[in-house]
Amino acid sequence: MKKFFTLITGRTKKQAHGLHKGIGSPDYIAATSYVEICPDDIASLGIIEGQKVKLLSEAGSVELAVHSADIPIGLLFIPMGPAANQLVGPETFGTGMPSFKGMQIKVSPL
Amino acid sequence: MSRIIEDVICKFCGCLCDDIAVETEDDHIVKIKRACPNGRSMFLDYDSSFSKPLVNGREVEWDEAITAAADILDKADSPLIYGLSSTSSESQRKAVELADHLGAVIDSTSSVCHFPTSQALQAVGEATCTLGEVKNRADLLIYWGCNPLVSHIRHFSRYSANAKGMLLPNGRKDRTVVVVDVRPTATSKVADIFLQIKPETDYEILSSLRALVHGKKPEYCIDGVNIEQLEQLAAMLKNCRYGVIFFGMGLTMSTGRSYNVTELFTLVAELNKFNRFSAMPMRGHGNVAGADQVLTWLSGYPTAVSFACGIPQIGPGEFTSVDMLAGKEIDAAFIIASNPAVHFPHAAASHLKKIPTIHMAPVSNGFTGDADVILPTACYGIDAPGTSYRMDNVPLRLRSVLKKKRPTDEEVLIQIIKAVKKC
Repeated sequence: MKKFFTLITGRTKKQAHGLHKGIGSPDYIAATSYVEICPDDIASLGIIEGQKVKLLSEAGSVELAVHSADIPIGLLFIPMGPAANQLVGPETFGTGMPSFKGMQIKVSPL
Repeated sequence: MSRIIEDVICKFCGCLCDDIAVETEDDHIVKIKRACPNGRSMFLDYDSSFSKPLVNGREVEWDEAITAAADILDKADSPLIYGLSSTSSESQRKAVELADHLGAVIDSTSSVCHFPTSQALQAVGEATCTLGEVKNRADLLIYWGCNPLVSHIRHFSRYSANAKGMLLPNGRKDRTVVVVDVRPTATSKVADIFLQIKPETDYEILSSLRALVHGKKPEYCIDGVNIEQLEQLAAMLKNCRYGVIFFGMGLTMSTGRSYNVTELFTLVAELNKFNRFSAMPMRGHGNVAGADQVLTWLSGYPTAVSFACGIPQIGPGEFTSVDMLAGKEIDAAFIIASNPAVHFPHAAASHLKKIPTIHMAPVSNGFTGDADVILPTACYGIDAPGTSYRMDNVPLRLRSVLKKKRPTDEEVLIQIIKAVKKC
């Protein structure tokens, strides 16, 4: 059975800078189109930094390049934006707020 | 001709830094002093040139665009007005007037950032303060589920950790900084104490801190932290002179949502039995706090307000944009100064492509690609003056540093209201 990771989305400096360049700009797309994974999880997945992986949630899937980062085991970080939002479901549990933090994700090497 | 304008307000984020120097040459911004990288980009990348509105991809005169927008809104049974966080409070006021006339739902970007904070505020109240008090008095600063060194880059230097204040003349040396987060961040790296917690444990930790502050030791364990760490933090909370907890979407977007913030507000209120303590949400967009203020003046509620029944009604999960779009309950959308196409979950954003959409924003922000009517307006704080609320709810007057070549959001909204009333 595949391990589930917990997805956290959030702001980065490059994502904010890309917004000023425009949502269709190469800067914005590059700034929002990768996933951060810790080195231990990269090793356990049998992948290398820069390799693309398929991320799957109950809401959808997306393929992104892996960046190694200092985050806890079992956590994924994707800058807020259209790539991350392929994985975030619309369920708000009656609050109006989707689960931009806390979605359960499966990761498969490509 | 070149000129330097001092003390300009940057409206990129909720800090509203008001010490920016803008140098212009022949009505173009050529140099920015003192702004953070985000603010610098906002000014330097802005294109103030005249551009015409578009209807179905075709350039038209403003009269035709206003008529097309009014026609879409008038024909809709369930229109949504969304955004508002990067426009002026004067425009926000007109947007509420339009929603009231149409019987529309009006929702700001608070819906997907600090709406849970507003719900907590309505439940238990909020002990808060201004950023001036933080700068001059706060000796304990806690940043919970937020990363200001990335999202609010000058917050530390102007208002909080590094600022030299009246009672804290040595700035950072006089203050203790604690970060609570699920991952190491730029902010946690400069903290005196970093409490790294597991995702989804904020509520339990806040509850435990409340118990410890009242002298009761929890008899359970929380995954990822030990009781000694919480005892140390509880002692700091009780023994500081003036504490402030800044919090972000680590609380509002995680499991618990408003319950997390309710527990935080309750903790902060209880700490005022021992010392002075405040809480403050880290508001993202430059006037998202203003959107909450204006909607509350006019409807009694901060966001997710429906005028469909002729009276304002609030509905978290019912009149919130993501729920309404994902449930296909909206048949026309008017997007003002925001971009839900990239910031909403795919299932909600994709519905925008299927319904008539009007998008109004300064051109440099980027438009929703499939909008039927595109209204390129001036940018408040660059080529239009207007009112904006700082994250501590202090209203500030934004100045104009360039000549205006496009109408403002407020001017366009006034015209749309007139046109809708004629329909």
